[in-house]
Amino acid sequence: MNAPDIIVVGAGIVGAACALELARGGARVSVYDRGIVAGGASAAGMGHVCVMDDSEAQFQLTRYSLELWAEMSPEMPAAAEHVYCGTLWVAADEEEMAEARRKAEFYLPRGTPAELLDEKQLAAAEPNLRKGLAGGLLLPADSVLYQPAVAWWMLNEAKKLGATVHVNQPVESIEDDGLHMGDGTVVAAGRVVNAAGAWAARLTRNTPVKPKKGHLMITERAAEFVRHEVIELGYIKSAHSGATEAVAFNVAPRPAGQVLIGSCRQLGVWDAAIDRKILNKMLRRAIEYMPGLAGLRGIRSWTGFRAATEDSLPLIGPCEGYERVWLATGHEGLGITTATGTAKVLAAQMLGRECGIPVAPYLPSRRVAGHG
Amino acid sequence: MSHVKMQGSIVVVGVGPAGIAAAWAAAEAGGDVLMVDNGAAAGGQIWRGGKALDRLSTKWLRRLERAKGIRRVGALVVSAEADRKLLLAETAEGGSVGVRYEKLILATGARERFLPFAGWTLPGVVGAGGLQALVKSGLDVRGKRVVLAGSGPLLLAVADLLREREATVVLIAEQARMAAIMRFGMKLASAPAKLIQAVVLKARLATVPYLTGCWVERAEGAERLKSVMLNQGGRRWRVECDYLGTGFGLIPNMELAGLLGCETGPGGVVVDARQRTSVEGVYCAGEAAGIGGVDKSLAEGEIAGWAAAGQEDTARALEGVRAKQLGFAAALGEAFGLREELKGLVTAETVVCRCEDVRMGALEGMEDWREAKLQTRCGMGRCQGRVCGGALEFLKGWTPAVVKPPVFPARVATMVAEDEV
Ligand SMILES: Cc1cc2nc3c(=O)[nH]c(=O)nc-3n(C[C@H](O)[C@H](O)[C@H](O)COP(=O)(O)OP(=O)(O)OC[C@H]3O[C@@H](n4cnc5c(N)ncnc54)[C@H](O)[C@@H]3O)c2cc1C
Ligand SMILES: Cc1cc2nc3c(=O)[nH]c(=O)nc-3n(C[C@H](O)[C@H](O)[C@H](O)COP(=O)(O)OP(=O)(O)OC[C@H]3O[C@@H](n4cnc5c(N)ncnc54)[C@H](O)[C@@H]3O)c2cc1C
Repeated sequence: MNAPDIIVVGAGIVGAACALELARGGARVSVYDRGIVAGGASAAGMGHVCVMDDSEAQFQLTRYSLELWAEMSPEMPAAAEHVYCGTLWVAADEEEMAEARRKAEFYLPRGTPAELLDEKQLAAAEPNLRKGLAGGLLLPADSVLYQPAVAWWMLNEAKKLGATVHVNQPVESIEDDGLHMGDGTVVAAGRVVNAAGAWAARLTRNTPVKPKKGHLMITERAAEFVRHEVIELGYIKSAHSGATEAVAFNVAPRPAGQVLIGSCRQLGVWDAAIDRKILNKMLRRAIEYMPGLAGLRGIRSWTGFRAATEDSLPLIGPCEGYERVWLATGHEGLGITTATGTAKVLAAQMLGRECGIPVAPYLPSRRVAGHG
Repeated sequence: MSHVKMQGSIVVVGVGPAGIAAAWAAAEAGGDVLMVDNGAAAGGQIWRGGKALDRLSTKWLRRLERAKGIRRVGALVVSAEADRKLLLAETAEGGSVGVRYEKLILATGARERFLPFAGWTLPGVVGAGGLQALVKSGLDVRGKRVVLAGSGPLLLAVADLLREREATVVLIAEQARMAAIMRFGMKLASAPAKLIQAVVLKARLATVPYLTGCWVERAEGAERLKSVMLNQGGRRWRVECDYLGTGFGLIPNMELAGLLGCETGPGGVVVDARQRTSVEGVYCAGEAAGIGGVDKSLAEGEIAGWAAAGQEDTARALEGVRAKQLGFAAALGEAFGLREELKGLVTAETVVCRCEDVRMGALEGMEDWREAKLQTRCGMGRCQGRVCGGALEFLKGWTPAVVKPPVFPARVATMVAEDEV
C-alpha cells in the first residue's frame, strides 16, 4: 500500500478533529496514538466549549470554533452530549464586576451574546451559589460536550472517508521521512502532523510546549445542583498571575446530574498521581462559592496535562526546522473548544483551502513578545 | 459536620476474621491498636450478626472483646496516603475521621463476583452473599422458594442459613464439574477440619439437590422474578422460585491497597511470608491478599499482627499453618474455576453495568477497560466498576484501571478534611 498523504500523531480531540477535516478535504489520512483514542488530556477535560478574550487572536479562534461546533452538532451522536448550558462568570466583588462589564463590552460589539447579571439575577440563575456575590456575566452561546465520545465519532467519520487509525503505537520521534517507532521501524508519510498534546515536545524539535497539570473531581448525581458551566472571574487573576500553581472555582453539570469540580493548574508538573494538597485546595475553593457542594459525594478524581505555550495561543502550522512536519498542539485549557477551529486553520494551510479567520497568529514561527 | 482525629501505632482496616486476628496478635504483643471498619458489629462477612456462632467465631470474638489496647472506630475508609501515613474515613452520619498510623494492616476482605445473564437485574435476583446478609439482618424467608446458582462453597453456606430460617432451597446450581469438585474433596482430606466442616454441611443439606456443571441461563418474570431456566449439560428446564441468589466466587477488595501503591495481582494484594506488601509499613491479610476462606484469613491476620508489632519469631512459627491454608486456597481456586461456557450467557442485549445502564453490545470494539469507561461510561457510576469490573475481568480479560481517590463515594467535606488531620 502507498504511504498515506498525512499521518496525524495523537488521537486526542485535536488530532481527531484534524484527521476528520483533512480527510474531508480529500487527503488520505492515518492516525497514530501510543494509547487509546482520547486517552490523554482529552480524557481529562471538562468539555467546556467557550469564547475567551485574553487576546484578539484567542477570541477569533474560540468564536470561530463555536460556529463550527454549532454546524457539527446536529451530525454528532447522542453520546457527544452536546448541551448549550451557557457559561456563567461569577463576580465576587466590585473589581470582578468591572471585569464582567469589560468582557460584556468586548463581546457585544463583536456579535457574541452576553448578559450582565446583578446579585439577584445571579442567585436566580444558580441558586446554590453563596449569598453576597456581586453579580455575573452569562454567555448563553457556550456549551459543554463529552469530548471522548466526540473524538471517537470524528475518527469514525474519518474512517468512512478512508482514514486508518492505529492505537497502541508509541512513536519515538517524528522526522521528515515519517514516524520513527519504538521498535526501530519508520512509517513513511507524505507529511506528518504532531498533535501529541502536552507530549508534543518529545517528538519534534522547536515545539515549545510545557505540561500544565490539572485535577478534576466528579460527584454522584445531584439533579439541578448546577445549571451552567460556572467559573469565578477571580480565575482571570489566578490563571494569569504567572504563578506556577493556581486554583479557581469552576463547576459544570453533566447531563445525568453529576457535578464536575475544577479547576487547578500546575505548570511544569509531569506526575500523573493525584496531589491531595492541590485537590483539596481546589475543592475548598469550590465549597467557598457553593457551600452545598460539601454535602455531595465525590466518586472519583483524576488528572490531565494541558499543553501550555508562552503566549497561551496554540501552535498550528509548519514546524520550524522540518520540511514536512506540522504542529497542532499547545491548546492549554482550551483544546476541546478550539479543536474545530484548529482543524480548519491546519487544513487551510496543508491543503491550500479557505479559512474563516487569519492563520498568522497561530503559526509556530510567530515570535512571542519578549521571547526572541 | 464533625471531624475527628485519631491515631494508632498499628491500625487495622476491617473487623472480619483477618482483622480480628491481626488486632488481637498486635495487642498481645503490646501494640496500641486502632481498628477501622464500616460494619457496625465485629465479624466481617462470615460472622456478621450471626446468631448461631460456632466455636471458632466465639473464640475470636471473645478474644477481641477481652484484648487490652484495642480501640475501634466505625467508619468507611475512603482515601489514604502512604507517604503521610494517613487514612481518611467517613462515618455513617457523614462525619470525617482522619487516622494516622505507624503500621497499617489491610484486612478489607472480598466481595462476590457477579456474572451477567439474561434477567439478572430483575427484582428477586440477588447476590448469594447479599441474600445471606439480608436474612441475617431480618429478611423473612419462611416458605420462600430459593434457587442458589453460581460457584463456590459460599453457595453451601448460604443454603445452610436459608434452610435454618425455614426457606425452601429448591436447588443449588454449581457451574464447576463434579470431577473437579471431587478432586478438591480429596485434597480436603489433608485438612481434617475442613473435611469435617464439609461433611457436616453436606449432611445438613442432604435434602437439597446439588447440581454440578449446571447454571442459570435466564431469570424470568415481568416485574419480578418468577422462574429460572436452568442448563445442565445441554438439558434445559424451568424452575419456579421467589429468589435467585447468585455468586461466582469472590474478588479480593484491593482498592485501598492499590491507592496506597501496594503491588496487586489478579489473585489479591501481593504479600510476602510476613504479610508485608510492597509498601513499607503496610501489611495485608485475609481474603484481600487472596481468596481462601476463614482459616486462611485467621492465620494471615495473626501473622500480620505479630509481624507488625515486631514479634518476628511468633509470626514465623505460623508459617506452616499459613502454607497449608495457601495450598487449600489454590485447590479451591482450581476446583471452582469459571467455565468458558458461562461467557456465552451474555448477549449484546445483556446489561453489564447497572449503574450506568451499559449493555454488552456497547463494549464491542473497545480496546481495554479504560476505553470502555471513557466511551460507554461502563464502570463510571456509583460503584466505580466494583460489580461490572469483576464480570469483565472474566468475560473480556480486562484488568482494572488505576485506583484514584476516593475508593468509596465520600462527601466533598470529608475529602477536604484531610488537610486538618
Ligand atoms: C483538568 C482539565 C480540564 C480541562 N477542561 C477543558 C475544558 O473544559 N474545555 C476545553 O476546551 N479544554 C479543556 N481542557 C484542555 C483540553 O483537555 C486539552 O486542550 C485538549 O484535550 C487537548 O487535546 P489534544 O488532542 O491536543 O491532546 P491530548 O488529548 O492529550 O492528545 C494527545 C495524544 O497524543 C498521544 N501521544 C503522546 N505521545 C505520543 C507518542 N510518543 N506516540 C504516539 N502518540 C502519542 C497521547 O496518547 C494522546 O492521546 C482541560 C484540560 C484539563 C487537564
Ligand atoms: C458476601 C459474602 C458472604 C460470605 N459468607 C461466608 C460464609 O457464610 N461462610 C464462609 O465460610 N465464608 C463466607 N464468605 C467468605 C469470607 O470472606 C471469609 O470466610 C472471611 O470472612 C474472610 O475474612 P476477612 O477478614 O479476610 O474479610 P471479611 O470478613 O470480608 O472482612 C473485611 C471487613 O473489612 C471491611 N472493609 C472493607 N473495606 C473497608 C474500608 N475501605 N473501610 C472500612 N472497612 C472496610 C468490611 O466491611 C469487612 O467488615 C463470604 C464472603 C462474602 C463476600
